[in-house]
Amino acid sequence: MHASRQQPRTLKHRLWVAFLVVPPIVFMSLFVVYPILSAFAYAFYDWQGLARGPFVGLKNFKEVLFGVTMAPVVWNAFLHNVYALIALIIIQNGGGFLLAWLLYKEPFGFRFHRIAVFVPVVLSTIIVGFLWKLFLNPNFGIINQALYSLGLDSWAKPWLGDSSTALGALILANAWHFVGFPALVYLAGMQRIPTEIIEAARLDGTNEWQLLKNIVWPLVAPSTTILFTLLFIGAFNWFEIPYVMVGLDGSPFGSTDVLGLVFYRTAFGNQSASIQNFGLGSALATLLFLFIVVFASMLTLWLRRREIQF
Amino acid sequence: MKLTRRILMGAAAAGFMLSGTAAMAQTELTFWSWRQEDKAFYQDIIKKFQAAEPGITVKFETYAPENYQTILSTALAAGRGPDVIQVRAYGNLETIATPGYLLALDKQNVPELANFPEAALAAETLRSDGKVYAVPFAMQAQLVVYNKKIFKDNGLNPPKTWDEMMALAQALKAKNINPFSNGTATAWQNETIVGGLLSSMLGKEFEADIVSGKANFTDPRFVSALAKLKDISQYFAPNFIGVDYPSSQQLFVAGRAAMFAGGSYEVANFKNQNPTLDLGVFPAPVLKAGDQALIATYYDGGYAVNAKTEKKDAALKFVRFLATPEYGTAFTNTLKNLSPIKGIKIEDPITQDVAKLAENAMSYLMLVRFRYQEPSGSVLLQSNVQKMLAGQQTPEQAAAEINKGIATYYKPFQK
Repeated sequence: MHASRQQPRTLKHRLWVAFLVVPPIVFMSLFVVYPILSAFAYAFYDWQGLARGPFVGLKNFKEVLFGVTMAPVVWNAFLHNVYALIALIIIQNGGGFLLAWLLYKEPFGFRFHRIAVFVPVVLSTIIVGFLWKLFLNPNFGIINQALYSLGLDSWAKPWLGDSSTALGALILANAWHFVGFPALVYLAGMQRIPTEIIEAARLDGTNEWQLLKNIVWPLVAPSTTILFTLLFIGAFNWFEIPYVMVGLDGSPFGSTDVLGLVFYRTAFGNQSASIQNFGLGSALATLLFLFIVVFASMLTLWLRRREIQF
Repeated sequence: MKLTRRILMGAAAAGFMLSGTAAMAQTELTFWSWRQEDKAFYQDIIKKFQAAEPGITVKFETYAPENYQTILSTALAAGRGPDVIQVRAYGNLETIATPGYLLALDKQNVPELANFPEAALAAETLRSDGKVYAVPFAMQAQLVVYNKKIFKDNGLNPPKTWDEMMALAQALKAKNINPFSNGTATAWQNETIVGGLLSSMLGKEFEADIVSGKANFTDPRFVSALAKLKDISQYFAPNFIGVDYPSSQQLFVAGRAAMFAGGSYEVANFKNQNPTLDLGVFPAPVLKAGDQALIATYYDGGYAVNAKTEKKDAALKFVRFLATPEYGTAFTNTLKNLSPIKGIKIEDPITQDVAKLAENAMSYLMLVRFRYQEPSGSVLLQSNVQKMLAGQQTPEQAAAEINKGIATYYKPFQK
């Protein structure tokens, strides 16, 4: 640290810094900042397919938020995103935390399990979606087959066709797919906790629940910050699993519709509504982007404050 | 070195003069399509076309169907794009015809338009100016496909009336055979089921009344047809609300169900997967004996000419070729898809049956009439029928919801 500070800031050094910094800035501006800004601009125009029409001001935004046709669809989807977020916090991040704790205690074969838990994360989401679609098939899927063989016939359901279970089934498939990620991040967080703290707590006679609640959970707060923020962004950008498992329409009858699907249908059209509307699509994307940026920042700030230095 | 150059120049000059005398210089057309699976067929057609027009070559290029519209619109918006374009129909056609990307066709530049029925041309017509923008290529129909062997083994005949259909379904179920393999988990399947089973009960008059605004979707004819559909859904695949499109196809292909209500395009697909299947088709059953039995038809798309092409004459020649009965015959017999061109010779017996049934047809209503605005009639029909068949709303509620959605933009319903 000291040595580098004493180094003279020569031209050569500055060029070296520029060489490192400029390419990523150009790349980011071209492929991230420019598309976002242009989508923002598109949202203010009327569109005929991909041909830009006249400037219409905030009309597209108004239609997305309050229009007779669009707004009910958007709000219905938004609620499903919120529902998915809450459910995934509990199942995916909560499950990941418990798995991490089990791995942390290094049970028999923990090295194998540490990898096994992470394997589904590496699989392609398309594959996971198709796999779970097969599992959930009402007539030959293994889930209903297993229930029948256990004599739990009344529990067997047409999972993805029943509006009361379809969204839950998607959430479970997503949690199965990604639970390894929070598990790994929490495990790393737990391994950062000085063992003296945990040993001291044990000597003081805490039980497992108190240890988790009062010692481990607060001390893995930095991991929680990252995971909750990423999950928040992921839940509102949710697209792949619903697309693969229930299609663009949020079948059955909109019960699995999420904002990602609404955006895609609106901007690019689907098989049953061939209307492409880039204006509405861009307006929805812009609103979603702003929502995610604002709330993700607030969430991060709030979560940061509960982090403890040790 | 000098010698070679001289020879080359001589050859070039000779070539130029030769081509000039033979048939002008070679004109290369580009032709875009989303039908990668039909590539061999189109290559063959292009060869036949070149035999008649040696001065024109055609380059056939395909893009994935899900990206086709986006890639095409982007190219056209940039003032590029192919000379000849395979386009879709109805609302989908309008998205590219409205901005003026396509050349209007009429009896002057394409006299072969006379080979097509009115409904086929209507599918490729822009509603705002009434002009035709593409030469139609295929007619599809929604009807009932049935497994002849299962019917014969159980001494059954295709039903004529709805009551016969119900009795037949019950008889099959009593013998532990799935009457229908249909499922409703894939949204758009609900629309094909409605087209395949309810068309005769709705009738041409209902369609005319909807178009004129004399009736809307809360009409008793529509509501009672939906109620009948709810009634017969007990004979669909087990747990049908969770059965998606591929699973319902598989059930039928495996010979484990007697009927499949859906598209005429399924037949070739079913036969490909299981060549031993002996299949037949019949129209939607009628309410009472003597009523007209109907199938629901629509047109898939057409071949259009880019308005900005510099090779307009050659492109029109090619499109005219794609409108001849010879082409229609080759298309129908090779691709097992019914060309709408009059005077074609059909080899495949089931395609012959479909062509015969198509003489009595109504439109595949939502696709043909209500896919121009949001919420599209198709999306409304699909989700509300899906909801009704799941037992979450009554036929009356489904009809009212469909009507409410369409009435937001359809003037005749707003009176």
